Amino acid sequence: MRASSLRGAIVPVGLLVLWEILSRVGVFSPIVLPPPTAVAAKWFSGLLPGLPYDPDTQSYLGWLFSGEMPHDMVSSLSRVVSGFVIGAGLAVPVGLVLGTNDRLYDLFNPLLQVLRPIPPIAYIPLAIVWFGLGNPPALFLIALGTFFPVLVNTIAGVRQVDSIYIRAARNLGAGSWTMFRRVILPAASPFVLAGMRIGIGTAFIVVIVAEMIAVSDGLGYRILEAREYMWSDKIIGGMLTIGVLGLIIDGAMSRLNDHLLRWHRGLER
Amino acid sequence: MSAEIMVADASKVFGSGDAGVAALQDVTATVPEGQFLCLLGPSGCGKSTLLNAIAGFTPLTAGHITIGGTPVSGPGPDRGMVFQEYALFPWMSVEDNVRFGLDIKGVPRAEAGVTVDRITATLGLSDFRKRFPKDLSGGMRQRVAIARILALDPPVMLMDEPFGALDALTRRTLQDELLRIWAEYRKTVIFVTHSIEEAIYLADRILVMTYRPGRLKRDVMVDMPRPRDTASAEFNAIKRELAGLVMAEQQRFTDAELHAPAVD
Repeated sequence: MRASSLRGAIVPVGLLVLWEILSRVGVFSPIVLPPPTAVAAKWFSGLLPGLPYDPDTQSYLGWLFSGEMPHDMVSSLSRVVSGFVIGAGLAVPVGLVLGTNDRLYDLFNPLLQVLRPIPPIAYIPLAIVWFGLGNPPALFLIALGTFFPVLVNTIAGVRQVDSIYIRAARNLGAGSWTMFRRVILPAASPFVLAGMRIGIGTAFIVVIVAEMIAVSDGLGYRILEAREYMWSDKIIGGMLTIGVLGLIIDGAMSRLNDHLLRWHRGLER
Repeated sequence: MSAEIMVADASKVFGSGDAGVAALQDVTATVPEGQFLCLLGPSGCGKSTLLNAIAGFTPLTAGHITIGGTPVSGPGPDRGMVFQEYALFPWMSVEDNVRFGLDIKGVPRAEAGVTVDRITATLGLSDFRKRFPKDLSGGMRQRVAIARILALDPPVMLMDEPFGALDALTRRTLQDELLRIWAEYRKTVIFVTHSIEEAIYLADRILVMTYRPGRLKRDVMVDMPRPRDTASAEFNAIKRELAGLVMAEQQRFTDAELHAPAVD
């Protein structure tokens, strides 16, 4: 186990060393490819508070997180979470209704199939026309990016519920509300959660793009701003932060899935 | 409530016109309360169709079925069903599966708890109450399925090849368990199987059914005392007789399958 993780580190560490050497000897200019040490230094300076601690105007914790990067991380993350909650909050009920009602499904499914493949990023111009600049268009785009994967999976989840569960529940006397709440909903939940995992991944892509065009903080805005000044070290640092944040979100989502679906056969270890 | 089951001129056609398949044709039978009845026959003889009609899942094309004088109009907890595929709710623990029917019935929590304690103990599930179905063997899952319907104390138990997917030894254990429960609770049991030996081992009475259309071919009473010795001369005499009847139908099934592979 340790030997294999050590072996796994050989290539990344080797590349970092090579990159450092090539940048230091001047093969690449610092604008094209700054050395990893410069990226790391810039990253840490962004992490630290910009001003000295002043007990009169702020709490210690507030000061500790007052650096530019913590602020951007919180901004981006809160946009992802709000957009996701809006998107999934609309998609799940709509999906449950369309999944259980065949007539509505037939009515809406063709429209859904046409709208679904449009990437949320293609809505950017329209989002600006409708909502102007600032948070509203960003939230709209993130919610949209979440909405379709969650909706499509919820519908599929409800429609694929094994009829044997329905029969068993009817045999035990279940009425339609019990059937929905205690059979259809849990039986569909692996699909719904899979859709949410895709949805939050999409939301995270969309938030970066949305911040590049509509708002003036957040990780997406920050790397675009750094480009204006040709601060490549800051761009790369920002990209790494985005990667780490994405990893944390997906990891948390996966842990939540494992816990909620601990009964599920597919998760047997 | 009496649990006598009356099936009168029951017919069922799946599909319509030339494509219609007569699964059941003019089946008439009365099952007295407390009887252990096996429906025996090859695939396609309508035994499961008849069981599903009694359960209220499959409406008949003609004829009618009454339970204790009340016509069957849909599924209900007075006729607990055990499926071959277990059909346990995988998101519920063993005890939640067993309690589910009681929850639906609106039994108070404390009272339901007592019933669940008793039923899980009866079926030897006490140590597995917090487990999820995925962590149980096939035999244990079927115990939970039996416990789940037994919790509602239905007068009738309907069993659709419940032990078909189990290995021979587990199967025998569960057959004995079922006989013990049947003797203790005096349920009317209708048990579908294609195993001749299983039918003779379990039943008071065996209805042999014909391959498509499903009709009653023979009504056999099994008077041997329990536990039955599957190696005894008497057991084997019945087995020989039934094998002749069932294999003739099996032959018709095979011929039909070979000559019309598109059907079904």
